[in-house]
Amino acid sequence: MEALETLADKFNYWVYIVIMMIGLYAMVSKNNLIKKLIGMSIFQTAIILFYVSIGYKDGATIPILYHDQVHGAHHAEEGDHSDEAVHHDEEHAVEAIAKDATHHEEGHGTQDLHETSHQDITQVDAHMMHNESDHAFEAGHGGLNIDPDQFENPLVHVLMLTAIVVGVATLGVGLAITQKIYGEFGTIEENEIIEQLRTGND
Amino acid sequence: MIEQAPILILIFPFLTAIFVALVGSQVKSASWLLTVASLGASVCATLTTLVQVLEQGTIRYYVGGWAPPFGIELRIDGLNALVAVTVSVVALLGAIYSEGRVESETPKKSSQYYALYLLLSAGLLGIVITGDAFNLYVLLEIAALTSYALLAMGNKRATLAAFKYLIMGTIGASFYLLGVGYLYIKTGSLNMIDIQEQLVANGLQDSSTVQVSFIMITVGLWVKMAFFPLHAWLPNSYAFGPTTSSCIMAPLVTKVMIYVMVRMVLTVFGPVYAFEVLEWGNIVVWLAVIAILAGSIGALAQKDLRKMLTFLIIAEVGYMVGGVWLADETGMTGAIYHIISDAFMTLCVFLFAGIVFAKTGARDIYAVEGLFKKMPLTMIGFLVGAFSLIGIPPTAGFFSKWYLIQGGINSGNWEYVIALLISSLVNAVLFFRIIEIAYFGKNPAEGHDHHLHGDDHSGISEAPITQLVPLLGTAAIILLIGIFNKDLVAVIQNFLEPFNLVAGIR
Repeated sequence: MEALETLADKFNYWVYIVIMMIGLYAMVSKNNLIKKLIGMSIFQTAIILFYVSIGYKDGATIPILYHDQVHGAHHAEEGDHSDEAVHHDEEHAVEAIAKDATHHEEGHGTQDLHETSHQDITQVDAHMMHNESDHAFEAGHGGLNIDPDQFENPLVHVLMLTAIVVGVATLGVGLAITQKIYGEFGTIEENEIIEQLRTGND
Repeated sequence: MIEQAPILILIFPFLTAIFVALVGSQVKSASWLLTVASLGASVCATLTTLVQVLEQGTIRYYVGGWAPPFGIELRIDGLNALVAVTVSVVALLGAIYSEGRVESETPKKSSQYYALYLLLSAGLLGIVITGDAFNLYVLLEIAALTSYALLAMGNKRATLAAFKYLIMGTIGASFYLLGVGYLYIKTGSLNMIDIQEQLVANGLQDSSTVQVSFIMITVGLWVKMAFFPLHAWLPNSYAFGPTTSSCIMAPLVTKVMIYVMVRMVLTVFGPVYAFEVLEWGNIVVWLAVIAILAGSIGALAQKDLRKMLTFLIIAEVGYMVGGVWLADETGMTGAIYHIISDAFMTLCVFLFAGIVFAKTGARDIYAVEGLFKKMPLTMIGFLVGAFSLIGIPPTAGFFSKWYLIQGGINSGNWEYVIALLISSLVNAVLFFRIIEIAYFGKNPAEGHDHHLHGDDHSGISEAPITQLVPLLGTAAIILLIGIFNKDLVAVIQNFLEPFNLVAGIR
């Protein structure tokens, strides 16, 4: 029973290990070079799954701030942001609906949520830029009314965006090299290539 | 300007790489000039940084002004200032050598070659100076992707070897990435110093997650540095790639990976964790012994000059991994010293192999026949590199081996000392065989079926100046590193002091 619980608890991590092993198996044992590259892609995807699982929190949402979370901080600097603050009030009603919608997990609020989120990003940015200190992030964090448990960790997603780019580039180089191998040996089966190297003149 | 020196180390080669890729195909001669100029600027930046570090201690440069642990930090202390200077100087010398050779070995691809070369140098320099564990992964992949492409420019065998390298290299880098992920779970940070602080502050020494992460990072780096059982990708790719590519990759890639291992052991996990909590130091030293012996035996079996040298790299990697895991201050000093001296001596012998290949078009060791008469300066350069690999004073190789052997004696790892001595003897056999062929002509016992290279071309015909300058420059640097060993060791020991390796670890 306990074993089952750990299995269910860390389900993502078990899955990532299984996927990674499938990829590793393909990389090591497949004879066809393209299949090896597919294995490599699977291998890298497993790592992306692992990282994304790190950032997951139960009941958390995407890390975009809502209006009333920013509001308190804005009040203090109203002099600087007067026109933005006006803008803010217009959005208030829409936002409240949107927030309500997500909290009750109803589908019809998503459109509004999207729009308001957009507004809020710009406002948060403006707020952070006004913070002259080196610890802009920390200071901004302190001024806002945020419960970190409410949001997923965005950092791992950013890291994985980079890792995806790296993965695509690796795959591209791999395919290009495979093409060159095909041009030179006339085959992409590893055993045939090794046979050619052994018997033929290189 | 001076306080911006750390980032300038990277910016010169990075931006020039883009520029070379754009302009190089139009203006042929521009690529080489731009490459040499930007790497020269990079050398100036690394030297400035080194001087600054020696004067005022560790430099912490915040990229974009974002303070760590949120921003990326370039952190330069005594260790990586030295390695950065080594990397940039080797890259510059390799670039000077490339002139002319690139056109004849990889025709019509010279602008691509130089762009990739610059990106590779930038990637390696970035790995050395970054203070961020994930940033290191990205730069690792920049260096790796460019080296796959540079190697695949070679002949048939090199293309296949580059594919193997791509598969192995990706596995290695992925393991490193996984290790960083596990560290992030526990510490919530990617900044190397911050990780170390979190590990100590939260008492994570016994956490199995951190153990998994340490093992994954180490094994991933071992794949990347071709530590013996994981070395399969190295010999063919370095031996059959273009000589210009192997002149930068053979000296630098494996050594930079060893630097990363030292950085992980000392700065990120801390020597107490690496050597005390996980009790596998002795096993790793034994693995290093096997690597040294296997590399030496593999080298003995080779007739191909460059392939022989690649097996020596595998033996040298064994020296350094063993030196680190001796967990002794003298051994660690020797390992770091050896990173620097080995980079130059490997460059020296690979430059020689490249020049011989350019001159005779032959790959095997009999190509050097009679070269003492024809190319005396080239042979002098080679002799310095060979003596350094054997370990004859006053070359750099003698002193770094001296510290490694003393470290082995201090920590009581006699098997390591014996392996080092055997390997030095094997190097002596290998290089005196080449010197004999070059000086006296071919061994009479070999029979007369080899046609004579030396007799029909009498008189001196030296290599071109762009090939001779880097070779003799490298030889001079090897001698300088050897002669000024005390100053170098003082810098290294000054760096090692806070880690307190003397205090009876193991």
